[in-house]
Amino acid sequence: MTAIDASRERELAALVADEAMLLDAGRFDDWLALWDAEARYWVPLAGAAQADDERGQSLADEDRMLLELRVARLRHPRAHSLKPRVACQHVLQPSRVEHADAAAATLVTPFVYVEAQGAHELMLTGRARHRLVRTAGGWKIREKRVDLLGAERPLPAVQLFV
Amino acid sequence: MEAAARMADDGERGDAMRRVLVDDDRVHRDAYVDPEVFARELRTFWASTWQYLAHASQVPNAGDVVTVELAGRPLLLVRTGDGELRVLFNRCAHKGTKLVDDERVNVGRHFRCPYHAWTYALDGTPLGVPLREGYDGTRLASCSSGGGLAPLRHVAVHRDFVFVKLGDAGPGFAEYFGDALGALDLLADRSPVGTLEVAGGVLRTIVRANWKIYLENINDTVHPMATHESAVAAARTVWGDRPEGAEKPMAMEQILPFGAPYDFFDQMGARVYPNGHSVLGTKHSIHSGYGRLPEYEAAMRAAYGEARAAEILEHAPQNAVLYPSVAVKGSPQSMRVIRPLAVDRTLVEAWSFRAVGAPDVLLERTQTYNRLVFSPMSIVAHDDLHLFESIQQGLAAEGNPWISLHRGHRSGEELQPVQDVNGTNELLMRNQFRAWAHILALGDEVRA
Repeated sequence: MTAIDASRERELAALVADEAMLLDAGRFDDWLALWDAEARYWVPLAGAAQADDERGQSLADEDRMLLELRVARLRHPRAHSLKPRVACQHVLQPSRVEHADAAAATLVTPFVYVEAQGAHELMLTGRARHRLVRTAGGWKIREKRVDLLGAERPLPAVQLFV
Repeated sequence: MEAAARMADDGERGDAMRRVLVDDDRVHRDAYVDPEVFARELRTFWASTWQYLAHASQVPNAGDVVTVELAGRPLLLVRTGDGELRVLFNRCAHKGTKLVDDERVNVGRHFRCPYHAWTYALDGTPLGVPLREGYDGTRLASCSSGGGLAPLRHVAVHRDFVFVKLGDAGPGFAEYFGDALGALDLLADRSPVGTLEVAGGVLRTIVRANWKIYLENINDTVHPMATHESAVAAARTVWGDRPEGAEKPMAMEQILPFGAPYDFFDQMGARVYPNGHSVLGTKHSIHSGYGRLPEYEAAMRAAYGEARAAEILEHAPQNAVLYPSVAVKGSPQSMRVIRPLAVDRTLVEAWSFRAVGAPDVLLERTQTYNRLVFSPMSIVAHDDLHLFESIQQGLAAEGNPWISLHRGHRSGEELQPVQDVNGTNELLMRNQFRAWAHILALGDEVRA
């Protein structure tokens, strides 16, 4: 691994921050554009205790096709569960760069996630691990793994992306 | 109030509730929204019906324990030293402390209460208390406090599925489920060696609605078209105009059938059994079109013979309901468990089973289906959950106190021991409510 300079670190961390900002702004098409063609959005059911190669259950484990499906549904006029409007807010702690070289990087970002609809507000917290890859179109997200605190507890519907 | 007087009073009130709440073809909203009805359900209905507790594969070794809260009662399932399964109340005989806090743990060779170190053998018999001499001359030995951990009197294990009945009222296990238990056999026999194992963790969802709204929907074949329109439309958009017969990814194979037309659901067929049980999809279901697995099918024929193997493999119902706590499929090997928490709050669990000796793809299908359709982050379930919660809120409206169950009803409808109907007939729900009203009216006979 070659050491990376501070400006590269800032560039990578900005991508992670942008990803959350676009979700909070409801700009789902722009959000999808941050992802690599080989995408994986993964929320393991056992949280941080679940090994990367473990074939356990997950709250969500989605490739690019399923992410596009979700976004298409969010736009559908008869997505009943989105009425009244659902919105989210990510509150991120600064990302820590675990690894970075010219082609790939891994960042870990502790977060608080709040999803609100009508009188209900749901709060989740945990750590997100982004694996970024350098493509012809710039840095893209290859995988986002979300380790929730208390991932196995009963949850109400979590409708947007953590 | 004296227990006897309360029982008589409960009996009368139960009768009154039954007459007022359940009509032949409709149900009163109080069945879903009245806290008094819910309190009575916890006392009589949930105590007089057989509830799924846990699966034997969760406690393979001596000292293994799983804890379950069932209709408000803390229970535990333990594997004893001689390999037996025991179900005990998770409550120290001394002061009431829960003996086991973890959902799943090995307690070793005995239970030890964390509060005062009272100890019990794995079958619940008392072993020791500190300052034993302090009890000399007291009535402890003749009191239930001296008798160890209270076992459940009504426990039955069928194909490793452990069921309990909390109270003494209501029919025995075999009579209560009758032939509806065949759904568990057909699920277990998806394994060439007839054995299932819980695999991969359980998805748990909190639904802010009465449990009956969730359970009825398991038999509701007319909602997918309207409810799931957005998920199906999105799937079609993403899947695009690929040629007919193009091999679908597993997720598409599982989501696209939710868009099947009314005819498909009507013709899938259904069967109702006494005591609220049912099988929906006796002829086909949205699970019938999953890819064939020739090697597995050959292994099944070798294990079970041509006829039984065909019966097992063709049984892919939409849902089989073992009323009121369980809904199982056959393919995928998926089971939902319904637990009442409050009049407007329900816990739904989605369990995945590995069919021992079957190819890994069966478990992959099961976990994928549970994740796509039953996870709190499910693409499909969000609209369901939203509408269940909407019903719970909408029923606060005055002006119309009734919930309609009229579809397919004929006046004088009698429930035959077993009855086959079309897949969109609301007989499956009427059948549930007839059982519910009957059992609700049973006196309060839960052992003190």
